[in-house]
Amino acid sequence: MANLKLTDVAKTYGGTVEVLKDINLDITQGELIVFVGPSGCGKSTLLRMIAGLEKITGGTLEIDGQRVNDVPPAQRGIAMVFQSYALYPHMTVRENMSFALKLAKKTPDEINEAVNRAAKMLQLDQYLDRLPKALSGGQRQRVAIGRSLVRDPKVYLFDEPLSNLDAALRVATRIEIAQLKEQMPDRTMIYVTHDQVEAMTLASRIVVLANKGIAQVGSPLELYERPNSEFVAQFIGSPSMNLLPGEITGTGEQTTIKLEDGGQAVSHYPTTDADMGMKVNVGVRPEDFIETEGDYVYHGTVDITEALGEVTLLYFRPDAEGRDAVIAKLPGIHKDVRGKDVRLTATPDKVHLFANGTSLLYR
Amino acid sequence: MSPILQGILTIAFGVGGCVAYFYGSNWVLDKVIFPPKPDDNGRNINRATIVRPWLFLFPAMFALGLYLVYPVVGSFYRSLFNRAGDEFIAFGNYTQMFSEEGFRIALFNNFLWVLVVPAAATFFGLLVAQLTDKLKWGNIAKSLIFMPMAISFVGASLIWKFVYANDPDIGIINALRDFFGAAPVDPLQIPFWNNFFLMVILIWIQTGFAMVILSAALRGIPEETIEAAIIDGANPFQIFFKIKVPQIMGTIVVVWTTITILVLKVFDIVYAMTGGNFDTEILPSYMMDYMFRDDGRATAVAFVIMIIVLPVMIWNIRQARKEM
Repeated sequence: MANLKLTDVAKTYGGTVEVLKDINLDITQGELIVFVGPSGCGKSTLLRMIAGLEKITGGTLEIDGQRVNDVPPAQRGIAMVFQSYALYPHMTVRENMSFALKLAKKTPDEINEAVNRAAKMLQLDQYLDRLPKALSGGQRQRVAIGRSLVRDPKVYLFDEPLSNLDAALRVATRIEIAQLKEQMPDRTMIYVTHDQVEAMTLASRIVVLANKGIAQVGSPLELYERPNSEFVAQFIGSPSMNLLPGEITGTGEQTTIKLEDGGQAVSHYPTTDADMGMKVNVGVRPEDFIETEGDYVYHGTVDITEALGEVTLLYFRPDAEGRDAVIAKLPGIHKDVRGKDVRLTATPDKVHLFANGTSLLYR
Repeated sequence: MSPILQGILTIAFGVGGCVAYFYGSNWVLDKVIFPPKPDDNGRNINRATIVRPWLFLFPAMFALGLYLVYPVVGSFYRSLFNRAGDEFIAFGNYTQMFSEEGFRIALFNNFLWVLVVPAAATFFGLLVAQLTDKLKWGNIAKSLIFMPMAISFVGASLIWKFVYANDPDIGIINALRDFFGAAPVDPLQIPFWNNFFLMVILIWIQTGFAMVILSAALRGIPEETIEAAIIDGANPFQIFFKIKVPQIMGTIVVVWTTITILVLKVFDIVYAMTGGNFDTEILPSYMMDYMFRDDGRATAVAFVIMIIVLPVMIWNIRQARKEM
């Protein structure tokens, strides 16, 4: 029912300031797409372009095969949930939710039915006659979601809907959104967030935006396990993936790398003879490091430890000026390692290889 | 001494006196009356903190008492006496006044003013505020519309005397009539409607005030609520009337009531334009007619005006507090 197709979509302000370019994206019905990216990468702008609140200055946007570049927002079959809730402060919850239907000249019976159904889904029944100011943050956001529900749109747009909520409510509301999506498997949702956990847990596919364009599109685990670039590798996952410079010394089904710091790594990335001697960055996620006594990928002096209970974060002293500190996330509690030399290794399937910022898997 | 020098000296003494009072009284409080003592420092600081607000409030309260509270009581008392002020006649001034046609006309005209001027000024102010909101040259338009605020009522009346002038070479209304071949008329002598020609002047002045306040209020509306309304399918009119106006209703009421209070005080326009002739009298100008000639009657009119203003004022203050 609702496929979105973005072709070469671009956004420039005032004809000179380029914010987004060459956005190509196919969204199929029923997907929950999450836009993530660093601050200012244009993820909210892209969402607002889909909503029709920002003009598309290049390329085409199609909803169900129809070009909607110049279609007013209300006729695009979309609904949007804002970060600040954007409830109409002078209207009760019921009026807020029925506003769009009234404008669409629906009969009172239809409006009542739609509002009551949405209120039931979101457990807002008791609050229908209250003004937004008498509601808590979580309730307000539910009203905002309810306002989009009653319109039964083809595409739901969420613009950082949980950012204004406190941590506990954020988790609860996130789960509510996930459940909502499950109840409406044929509805398409596009969700903008800067919170990785939201992206990983909610998305059927994640779109990583960077440098005015799309860095990678894929399922959460695809992005986690097979990032196509150093940027995506470091952006997805927290703390970020460690990157260690080295040189390929053995090629084939598996690749052997000699690291500049003296360690040795084996990666499951296949390479050819031509790659022999290539300078690469070896990527290992903090949680993939294993403490070892024998051969190591990395060894160093532990600078700081952060014991979180189920895991301990080890921050190693940087080997050289300007190099990022290597971080390891080891299961359990390791209180006694501070100031000591620790050797780390990783299994070949957890070792990533990048050359010139790009993954060797995606050459 | 030249008037300019006098003015400068007055300003210097006034402003300097204020600074000296607040600084000096504060100094006396902290250093002389409750100086910090080494052994019991906290007690004196607390005492000074309790006294300080009253010290700073005193000039304002004193001035308000002398120039506001006392005159109200005094006026009421005076209104119970006869013209010469030597014979107590209770409500004689009031009963006499209500039986006169002049007063009834003034009351009726004033009612028209209160009905028309605040409504029109607020409406035009809101209209201008909304229309200039997103315009690049909106600020220029707004400054032009705001400018009449800087003109005194008498000055404005003089300007409009030219507009309404009988001579087609001077007055624009008669110039237009002349262009279409009609004989000149004096707009200020057309019964009933001349009231509205006078109101135009005050509307012209007050639209700027309404515009500035309402423009700020419109800017304060969260942009997201408007975007949400766009997505909900509201057209520009619906956005304006169903989303924007209700959100600034409090401010609209404050502007409306503020202008209403002003309308009940304006006498200069009528005084300068028609002198209250041709049935254009309103209560304040009616009061001015009697002032110094029959102070009993004048104070009685003043008191009637105050009774009328009072509820509007209370409402105004309540709304303004809610806004803050």
